Amino acid sequence: MLFKTRNFDDAPVVLEAKGLTVSLPDTKGDPKVLKSINVTIRASETVCLVGESGSGKSVTSLAIMGLLPEALKVSSGTIHLQGSDLLPLTQAQMRELRAARVAMIFQEPMTALNPVLRVGDQIMEVMELHTSLPAAERRKRALAIMEQVHLPDVPRIFASYPHQLSGGQRQRIMIAMALVLEPVLLIADEPTTALDVTTQKQILALIDELQQDHGTAVLFITHDMGVVAEIADTVYVMKQGEIVESGAVETLLRHPQADYTRALLAAVPSLSPRAARAGADDAVLRVEKLNKVYGGGGILKKLPTAHAAKDVTFTLSRGQTLGIVGESGSGKSTVARCIMRLIDPTSGRILLDDTDIATLTRGGLRPHRQKLQVVFQDPMRSLNPRWTIADSLIEGPLNYGTSRKDALAEAARLMQVVGLPTDALARYPHQFSGGQRQRIAIARAVMMRPDVLVADEAVSALDVSVQAQVLDLLDQLQRDLGIAIVFITHDLRVAAQICDEVLVMQRGAVVEHGPAAQVLAAPAHAYTRALIDAAPGRSWDFHNFQEMRDPSHAEPA
Amino acid sequence: MAPVPQPTSAMQPILRALRLPQFGMGSKIAAVVLAIIVALTLLAGWIAPHDPLTMNPMVRLQGPIEGYPLGTDNYGRDIFSRVLIGGQLSLIIGIATAAVSVALGLVIGMIAGFFRTADAIIMRMMDALMAIPSILLAIALVALNGPSVGSVIAAITIPEIPRVVRLVRAVILSAREEPYVEAAIALGTPMHKILIRHLVPNTTAPLIVQGTYILASAILTEAILSFLGAGVSTETPTWGNIMAEGRLFFRIKPELILYPGIALSLCILSINLLGDAARDMLDPRLKKRAG
Repeated sequence: MLFKTRNFDDAPVVLEAKGLTVSLPDTKGDPKVLKSINVTIRASETVCLVGESGSGKSVTSLAIMGLLPEALKVSSGTIHLQGSDLLPLTQAQMRELRAARVAMIFQEPMTALNPVLRVGDQIMEVMELHTSLPAAERRKRALAIMEQVHLPDVPRIFASYPHQLSGGQRQRIMIAMALVLEPVLLIADEPTTALDVTTQKQILALIDELQQDHGTAVLFITHDMGVVAEIADTVYVMKQGEIVESGAVETLLRHPQADYTRALLAAVPSLSPRAARAGADDAVLRVEKLNKVYGGGGILKKLPTAHAAKDVTFTLSRGQTLGIVGESGSGKSTVARCIMRLIDPTSGRILLDDTDIATLTRGGLRPHRQKLQVVFQDPMRSLNPRWTIADSLIEGPLNYGTSRKDALAEAARLMQVVGLPTDALARYPHQFSGGQRQRIAIARAVMMRPDVLVADEAVSALDVSVQAQVLDLLDQLQRDLGIAIVFITHDLRVAAQICDEVLVMQRGAVVEHGPAAQVLAAPAHAYTRALIDAAPGRSWDFHNFQEMRDPSHAEPA
Repeated sequence: MAPVPQPTSAMQPILRALRLPQFGMGSKIAAVVLAIIVALTLLAGWIAPHDPLTMNPMVRLQGPIEGYPLGTDNYGRDIFSRVLIGGQLSLIIGIATAAVSVALGLVIGMIAGFFRTADAIIMRMMDALMAIPSILLAIALVALNGPSVGSVIAAITIPEIPRVVRLVRAVILSAREEPYVEAAIALGTPMHKILIRHLVPNTTAPLIVQGTYILASAILTEAILSFLGAGVSTETPTWGNIMAEGRLFFRIKPELILYPGIALSLCILSINLLGDAARDMLDPRLKKRAG
């Protein structure tokens, strides 16, 4: 692993926050959201703020930008930008400063761009607000910065609307807007989290390159340790509004001091695939030549068709986990939804215990539903907010004739299995954290005693420590109950951690399929190689604070 | 995590809305005004000093005189009694219209939102219904069925239904994409149970708001129909037909229109203000800010 080892002791300080404390003055007890944090960023330096959700990383960036929500107030401390204090500045003065000297890019480039303006005009608008350049000059500079962020066919994109661009292109536009006035500090708040890994790699390289060219200081906020390993010079680890540890990236990853940092690093799933388990022979799920074609129009009009799944074939045995990996739009969720029969496959067979469920009617499907359960990505929306946990858990068993009393007893037992108190049953979903809700969703699926569990990005919305717990829970349930799992994910680390077999999809087609150890350690297809290559921090073993020894061999856990 | 379970049932926002301190001054006054109007009309039989239909030619078109606090009309009938009694029918028609159009709209909207095949047919019918001016449609319906209370209610209800159907359909369409609904499908929950237990509760809040607006507009439409002579027959006083009759003597005695007009305006204004308050209360974005 090649870490950045540049020395910034002589570089001028761009931003210095000292004793920065942010509190919620209107809430009882005046709780502190940031507790006296110190951050220093020098010219050309990339400082990463890492932490889990709620740790205060975004609040830090908003405080620097002067964009704190009304409920939050800086109660003490200073923020100096190139020596001048930012906190006494008025709204108007801060507005002058933003974009001109401090710029920010956000996680979701679709919502951060105005959907009804051409992107070129949006870049030019930044200059119009902050400079007195003539229109022709503004246009020239906008085209120049778009060249610099390596957008293809610049004149066409200049005249495009945001929805006509891909996610990566939109993020490049955001970066162009942020850098067009050559700010001294760029704040990037999870700028690659919503992007596919291959796109993420390009965006990270772009930020790095522009930083070299312009000498911009970068404050990079992320939850992804892999990204940190790739791009950071200096790392600050945050937890509950405090900085628990900071230091040069290599020192921090090699010799973490704080317990929290160690725990955070240990929770990062290793990219080295798990050793394949002895495969049972009894196949519970066989998918044969599954196809799904969207569109085509109706009787009145013809629409272009999209082949979202092409001849997908696989077999899943009892107690095994099959990972379906791919980037957005690869068709992995389509396959999951076809198997669940939430959508109807266009052709092919789905054999569940030798019954073809692909063509069954709604009524005919019903007896088979309980063998096939699903856990969704978004823990906020997968439970009915109006129902108690108990109501959600017993819904399925009641449908199949279990008595209410038995179902409630089983629900209480499962609550303990998934590590929640039994009194959780009487509560409502909003009273639980994302990780707890995901456990409840898993418990709801397990209530049905399914043979196959489809987990559609089931841990993607969770923090890495919570993610590790949920993966452990799935592993435990699989060992105890022999459930077969179809695990849909875009995250190769997660796939490596829990899958026996991996199926790689690209644009609806399966490009590679085999044991996890083989696919991830010695990929045969170029696309699989590109995916693995793009995984940030892939040659660092976060768990053991050292380089990966030999990625081709599975390490004992 | 709060140890006290907080029910998030459909009733909760309503209960919360009733805690007065969260209301603005405007909606508090509106609630009081509406309560007074409703109480007066409910008790009209006891309060009203005269039978609203008894004519007394001796005191035609008088100002406030002994026994006639608001004066008399061209037949010598007591205006105060007529406005009180007239309010009964106006409110009944308003409430009945709101209830019937919400109930029918909910059922039709549920079907349109949930069954793709029914959707196209139902919505085209609703589009057709919405293309006809509602007053015109109401006049036509009353003309066909005669001017009874029932046909007035039907005439006002039918043009309101498409609006409710659209609302319910939109809510159902977006709610059915929620993962918890897909999870319920995976749990083998039959379609009718998914519809009633998972989807319909989502429509409660918007329907409460829509219902108050329909209530207000139905009272107004009834008045318009009566004013145009297409409403309930003049033997039964309503705010609308009292004003219609008063129109002839508007120049000599404007109170004939003024008093029922004030009652109508206050009633509709306060219902609309309460509807706005309910909308603010039930709006998920505002709710989040409050909670």
